[in-house]
Amino acid sequence: MTSIPEFSRRPLELADDFAPGEINFMKVEDFSFFYGKKQALHGINLTIPSRKVTAFIGPSGCGKSTLLRNFNRMNELIPCIRHEGDISIHGTSIYDPSVEVIALRRRIGMVFQKSNPFPMSIYENIVYPLRIAGERNRAVLDEAVERCLRSAALWEEVKDRLHESAIGLSGGQMQRLCIARAIASRPEILLMDEPCSALDPIATAKVEELIIELKKEFTILIVTHNMHQASRVSDLTAFFYLGSLVEFDKTQKIFTNPAKQQTEDYITGRFG
Amino acid sequence: MGGNSIAKGSPGPINRGYRPRPDFFRFSCFLASALTVALLALILGEILYKAWPAINKFGLGFLSGVQWSPNRGVFGVLPVLIGTAASSLLALLFALPLGLAIAVFLSENFLPRPVRQFIRFMVELLAAIPSVVYGLWGIFVVVPLVQQYGAVLADKLGFLPLFAGPAYGNSLLTASLVLALMVLPTITAISRNSLVAVPPTLREGAYALGATRWETILGVILPTAAPGIVASTILSFGRAMGETMAVAMLIGNSQRLSCSLLSPSNTLSALLANQFAEAEGIQVSALMYAAVILVIMTLAVNIAGEAVLRRTQRSLVGLK
Repeated sequence: MTSIPEFSRRPLELADDFAPGEINFMKVEDFSFFYGKKQALHGINLTIPSRKVTAFIGPSGCGKSTLLRNFNRMNELIPCIRHEGDISIHGTSIYDPSVEVIALRRRIGMVFQKSNPFPMSIYENIVYPLRIAGERNRAVLDEAVERCLRSAALWEEVKDRLHESAIGLSGGQMQRLCIARAIASRPEILLMDEPCSALDPIATAKVEELIIELKKEFTILIVTHNMHQASRVSDLTAFFYLGSLVEFDKTQKIFTNPAKQQTEDYITGRFG
Repeated sequence: MGGNSIAKGSPGPINRGYRPRPDFFRFSCFLASALTVALLALILGEILYKAWPAINKFGLGFLSGVQWSPNRGVFGVLPVLIGTAASSLLALLFALPLGLAIAVFLSENFLPRPVRQFIRFMVELLAAIPSVVYGLWGIFVVVPLVQQYGAVLADKLGFLPLFAGPAYGNSLLTASLVLALMVLPTITAISRNSLVAVPPTLREGAYALGATRWETILGVILPTAAPGIVASTILSFGRAMGETMAVAMLIGNSQRLSCSLLSPSNTLSALLANQFAEAEGIQVSALMYAAVILVIMTLAVNIAGEAVLRRTQRSLVGLK
């Protein structure tokens, strides 16, 4: 596996029609990550273009969620962690001393495996990020609620009960509410950590449609265990194994003609 | 059981042929639990029976009467009811902010876990100190303090009805301060439990939206735990109302109506503790009547607290 860093450092050959955004939007450079003494990521190199869906796949424990949770520095809530290397967005390191982690997290929305609406009304859930950012103007808040719920394809279902508790919604609705809340402060990036793993197929299909719709505005990184999901929604796929990046390429290439035997074995279900 | 019992919807093949039999173990458990209920009913019945002459004689006027003079055969508990409510509410007023702060502190990772465990253990130990020890400590420590600073308060703020009149050491304020300490473990323990029960995913969610630690605690964690905190407050209120020994030693045992926090007052439980020894005739019955009221009040408060607590646990299930 010594050839891996070199492989992933090779710039992606993206056709012109493929990249409306910025090709070097996010950069992960020689990134290693440790939980205490245990190394979870080994020298990851990755360049993620903007306004695309990039899927992280790989068997459990391969480090894909760990990497995802480093983009908004959520891992820092865990004690005894440490990293080497760098992650940058728009050329600015997220570990730069001038970067405030609070500001960083406001620029990066996150959706979790288990939907986590706050036990308040639907309305209050969505305006929460705006309120903590100091927004008081009622009209701005109202506008944000409608905009986000429409973006999350939830407006029609809940517009008559915005002030009812969010806990009464169905599982799929709650997850879409969390997506709406994640985009309320107009982030550029949306991190999704297995967003459909607790949903039924119909709710999953809705969220997948939503992801494809949302990439017009956001750069989306999604961790998924579901191969079909990765192939349906993503433009680029990164395959991780044992904390290393094995292969990173256009999704179509990964799923039809992977360069590595390991990738092929995983995708065809021979292991993992 | 025939072969078609499965079709009729019996529990299934595993349970076939099993029928609960009343064996000795079952029977003794049932008897023990039935006895508990019977005992409660018996005690209530006995008190009610003994109180009956007073209930008959004074009726609801007992509740609104302001005089309690056994010599003249006049009994009214309004000042005592007010004293009970006031001392318990004041105790909560002092204990709630402190208890909540401790609970937040213990449920967050401000300190290493062993230190938190130690503090938690210490706070819970407060509940293990016997009431009479609190009373004794109150007499020798809190009473002089209240006397000293109460005089200053009465001097400077005497124009307020709350501090008007002479300042006594054995007063409503003294009793409430000690009561606050006594209910602190209840408030802290239940509030901490409900804070800890807030799903970690909510905390993560708030942090991921760019909330600071305090925004997360104040805006997400405390509101989510609020029903549990309310329950802890109600249960502590019940505990404060029923607390007897320390209060009887500190409150001054005066049935005179007064607005001042610095004047002596009385509570139902302290009244009972102080008067049962020399009571006879209708006074015994009047005390029993007061006991009935006390039981009804504490039962109602405890049931309300438990109900809120249960509803909390159910509502948290939806979040997990």
